[in-house]
Amino acid sequence: MKLVKTLISAIALATTALTVLPAAAQDPGPVAYKKAMQGKRIVMIPMAMGFDLAQGWAGFLSREIPNFGGTFETRDPNWSVEAGAQAITEAIASDPKPDVLIIMAPDLNSYSKLMKRAQKKGIYVFLIDNPANFKADAFFGGDWTEMGRIEAREAVRACGEGSSKEIGLVQGDQTNATSLYQYAGIVEEMAKHKDYKIVAKPDSNWDATTSRNVTTTMLQQHPNICAIIDFWDGDATGAAAAIRDAGKSGKVHLIANGGGEKSADCDMIESGGYGAVVSTSVERESYDMLALMKHLLQSGQPAGTSSTYIYTETQTINKLTMNANSCWDLKALKAAAKK
Amino acid sequence: MNASSFNQERIVLIATILIAVSASVFLSGFLNVPNLISIVRSISVLGILALGMAIVIIGRGIDLSMVAIMAMSVAWYLQMINDGYNDYLALMLVITGVIAIGALNGFLVAYADVPPIFVTLATGLFVFGYVRSQLIPSDAVAVPHGHWLELMGQFRLFNIPVDVFIFIALSFAAFIFLRFTKWGRYVYFAGDNPAAARNIGIPVRPMQVLRYVLAALISFIAGLLTAASLLSIQTRVINSNLLYDVILVTVIGGIGLSGGKGGVRNVLIGSALIGILLNVMTIADISLLSQNLIKSTILLAAIILDGVLNPRDEQTAQQGDI
Repeated sequence: MKLVKTLISAIALATTALTVLPAAAQDPGPVAYKKAMQGKRIVMIPMAMGFDLAQGWAGFLSREIPNFGGTFETRDPNWSVEAGAQAITEAIASDPKPDVLIIMAPDLNSYSKLMKRAQKKGIYVFLIDNPANFKADAFFGGDWTEMGRIEAREAVRACGEGSSKEIGLVQGDQTNATSLYQYAGIVEEMAKHKDYKIVAKPDSNWDATTSRNVTTTMLQQHPNICAIIDFWDGDATGAAAAIRDAGKSGKVHLIANGGGEKSADCDMIESGGYGAVVSTSVERESYDMLALMKHLLQSGQPAGTSSTYIYTETQTINKLTMNANSCWDLKALKAAAKK
Repeated sequence: MNASSFNQERIVLIATILIAVSASVFLSGFLNVPNLISIVRSISVLGILALGMAIVIIGRGIDLSMVAIMAMSVAWYLQMINDGYNDYLALMLVITGVIAIGALNGFLVAYADVPPIFVTLATGLFVFGYVRSQLIPSDAVAVPHGHWLELMGQFRLFNIPVDVFIFIALSFAAFIFLRFTKWGRYVYFAGDNPAAARNIGIPVRPMQVLRYVLAALISFIAGLLTAASLLSIQTRVINSNLLYDVILVTVIGGIGLSGGKGGVRNVLIGSALIGILLNVMTIADISLLSQNLIKSTILLAAIILDGVLNPRDEQTAQQGDI
């Protein structure tokens, strides 16, 4: 009898073990992933929503985040530092609090304290594009000093031997990290090309009309300039207009910096307005953000205890290197989002 | 030298000439035809806006919505063209909108008695907010290829860009209006003493509406010129110093903020000073921070001088006047 009992229980055990086995062989990944990611709230606060970079990031992120059951929101401070600070404060205080804050800082210091407060509340803080004096959980964007070096190399390449070797700069301003670092990179690279000279370096204050006016003056004072580096494609249309007006299209190589959006960059190169654009891919930045977001949200790593720098590879788009994949298309992205 | 010969206009004119002369001596490349053309051109849009501002200020008002109207009207216009609207229809729609906003400014100031500084601040923000959120999808709107604005931007006569001619033409028109037409003269009377002007039968309130409509239309022209030159309109210009520069040019030339004084000549002198100053600072490679410091010091000096030379008229001043 005992034997029968043992046998029966052994069989029962074996059958349960056998029926459980296929379930244990199932991939535990999706369940864990879903558990960690479901319902996570991601809020992005760029300097403004109305320009290509922000719309690009938002476009790519909003496509992917709902796939893991998260929610994605944006705030539009419309270039106002105060409105941005307010948006961050509100996001920190909101209930449920966001799990990840993606912030594009207007300068090195303005948001540092607020971002620290967010981390203390357990919110991961991602910095995009603009560096700040703050240990973010992750930074995404270009290495601006390196971009300056690349722009300078492109200027030297475009001018070439036998040219005047005179280069002009249209800086942004004197407070924004992107402008200061780009300038430092350009100066560093130019030091290696002793015969090249920076003949003028006015600021545009990121405004296209100012960029046009200072470039007009620069071209008159230094008619032999062979290349101009404008620090942002958002105002470089002004420098392009000045070059066109001076009848120097094709003679002065205009190098701008941008996010690789089609109408802002590739179309301008196509039409000859810009000679080259040194770009950080918004698309790649977005997917880097997503990857790190997925990692941090599953890792259990407390906010503010790690910091990662993810520099996006920089590419130089000019007539020689441009191909169908050089730029991303904001219009197409928006059209796809509507479907 | 008696008090009347020592007025602000002369001081600014002398300062302008001094800067121009010393720049010609010390900065090679200042005194030549292309540079002088580029000075006038760099100041034309600012000068055109200042003409509109001058008409409003002489009538004892101020229009802080000009830059918003300038950028947003053109942005809306270009957006409609890009969306495939008929050009003529789009233009008519925008002009109607511009006139409506100007009339709203004037109505609230003239009939609702709200101080102009608050009215126009609010309508400026409204125009920006409405157009940006409802009508255009991003900050910048491009001029479509082959559009008449593109052709206009490329127009040159004797190497002089079209902006300069339009600035000159509008200056002349404003001069004729203010100096020789009945309604133009009324602007001075109403600005100098609104109550007295009303007592002698001048239609003070409809006139006020007219001035804000004119300022709005002039802003639209300034916006068209900006777009023609840059082949796009950047609405971010709202956040720039442009509005302050417009007031700077107007006040510095000697148009008293308390109204009733000044004319087109003052705008031209103010524009000349700012244009030459900016050009000299760019040639001399002075950084933006120092440029802003120099500009703001000049504005401050002009406002103090304005306060001394054109004291508020206690009999006619009202709460909310500036």
